[in-house]
Amino acid sequence: MMTNTEKDTATNTPINPINPILELTGVGIEFPTPKGPYKALTDVNLKIAKGEMISLIGHSGCGKSTVLNIVAGLLQATEGGAVLEGKEVNEPGPERAVVFQNHSLLPWLSAYENVELAVKTVFDKSKSKAEMKEWIEHNLNLVHMGHAMHKRPDEISGGMKQRVGIARALAMKPKILLMDEPFGALDALTRAHLQDSVMEIQKDLGNTIIMITHDVDEAVLLSDRIVMMTNGPSATVGEILKIDLERPRSRIELADDPKYNHYRQQVLSFLYEKQRKVEPLVNSPKATKKVSVAKQEIA
Amino acid sequence: MTSKITTNSSRAFNGGSITDDVMPVWLQEAIKAIMLPIAGILFFLLIWGTAAQNINTSLGQFPGPAKAWEQFQSLMAEHNTEREKAVAFYQRQDDRNAARIAIDPSYPVKIRNYTGKPTYIDQIGTSLITVLTGFILASLIAIPLGITIGLSKNLYAAANPIIQLLKPVSPLAWLPLVTMVVSAVYVTDDPLFAKSFVTSVITVLVCSLWPTVINTAVGVASINQDLINVSKVLRLKPMTHIFKIVIPSSIPMVFTGLRLSLGIAWMVLIAAEMLAQNPGLGKFVWDEFQNGSSNSLARIMVAVLTIGLIGFLLDRLMLMLQRLFSWDKQAVLR
Repeated sequence: MMTNTEKDTATNTPINPINPILELTGVGIEFPTPKGPYKALTDVNLKIAKGEMISLIGHSGCGKSTVLNIVAGLLQATEGGAVLEGKEVNEPGPERAVVFQNHSLLPWLSAYENVELAVKTVFDKSKSKAEMKEWIEHNLNLVHMGHAMHKRPDEISGGMKQRVGIARALAMKPKILLMDEPFGALDALTRAHLQDSVMEIQKDLGNTIIMITHDVDEAVLLSDRIVMMTNGPSATVGEILKIDLERPRSRIELADDPKYNHYRQQVLSFLYEKQRKVEPLVNSPKATKKVSVAKQEIA
Repeated sequence: MTSKITTNSSRAFNGGSITDDVMPVWLQEAIKAIMLPIAGILFFLLIWGTAAQNINTSLGQFPGPAKAWEQFQSLMAEHNTEREKAVAFYQRQDDRNAARIAIDPSYPVKIRNYTGKPTYIDQIGTSLITVLTGFILASLIAIPLGITIGLSKNLYAAANPIIQLLKPVSPLAWLPLVTMVVSAVYVTDDPLFAKSFVTSVITVLVCSLWPTVINTAVGVASINQDLINVSKVLRLKPMTHIFKIVIPSSIPMVFTGLRLSLGIAWMVLIAAEMLAQNPGLGKFVWDEFQNGSSNSLARIMVAVLTIGLIGFLLDRLMLMLQRLFSWDKQAVLR
């Protein structure tokens, strides 16, 4: 029964891809707080192969976003580090494009102009004007936003905004695409549409993707591996679950698939038995962390 | 008379429910939108008129709406006569010059400007030019300053006490200083601007700087963290970051500041002109007060209403600009 579940509970030695594009080694981070340093992450080790789709799942405050922000370069690890294609990550850059939870489109620009800003910045010298236009339109069409590309964010729905956010990230031709709870703010139907879109795009382009999610179904449906994180403080990688389901995956067929349900059960058992968490009402570590993140950004 | 109109119109509103099935909703709304302000104005005139009848000053009874209207017409008439005089003056000058040239073609033509006294309209013009000059200069300083302060927490902390200290200072306190400094520094044989003008402009500038500085700084400092992250991921250069992210994002706040500043600039100007003797509405009020004729109070009342009206129009102008330039169309603009 357990052949498909490869665990790394105690030793923390994940099933490593041979030629990882991204490598996290001994990553830990401490945030200064008024009550002394808060250790959010400790000894996070993860190797990701090219073209892999990884989900990070865990309870609120377990440091999923922190891992992603370290890979993005928006936060600096205080221990260990991330290496992308042999180069250490120490600042943000377009080769690690981020899709933010709340779309983060510039509200004064149309969908086209939002993507244009990214394309103009990244391909400043390497693309001609016509090529840029074509590339922008190509990416907007990829996320099915071709019909509304000249609308502004306040004129389109939440799902459409997130599509534009994805188009903007894809248009940077990132080596790795980082998605921070990309569908968290969307209703279930819209989310399903977007999940299908992401699977379709990933099949075509073979992107390497790290996605944070709270949604067990989403994780199992989309991922090649699910990285389950323990609760903070000092959160780390708890288990890594390899999802061995054939692609293309159909949510309807999978709903009746015993393998799929087994994976689901695995994740659920990790989250609700092994890492069961009672949310404190105040002073949750997440709140503290968010504040210190914001402080760091401004400084 | 006025009271009758008010009661009539208020009855019309109460009767609105009866006419529900007859009048379409938009018409009811339109009538409301027009009638309510008119009712408010009539009520104000009524109070003004009644109160005026009961106030006696050393310059006679306080002017009511009718007296003020009369003086307004008289000011317009004076303006028209003055303009006719000016036209006649230039006509005579042209004729004279033409006659001279006819006799002697080498005659160097002299053109002198008409130097009649400024009319009420001229004074409004001067005031507008002064306030807009001061306001535009203030904005040119305040917006970059606000952006700079807003970008850095430390700079903001350093500048904030000074700004808070200077913000509440009245123009009347600045004016003597400004006057002395202008007299000392602005010394030329052929001054492009009158000293009184320069003094007024600088006073307006100093007083109207702060709302724009503060609002711009706050707008810049409160940019959505996600947008800053987008800029970081794109590795935007500092200047691109400012022009593509920071400025557009803080535009709504900048406009809020500009509107406050323009309001203050206009308010300050009147005081500044009174003391600096810049030939605008402030000087008009002061001169009429010194003049002390039986018409003076009514004329000042005309000026009061003009000042209010222009202040209102300036605010509407800024609002229009805000609607035109701000991306945040959902912001409540009133």
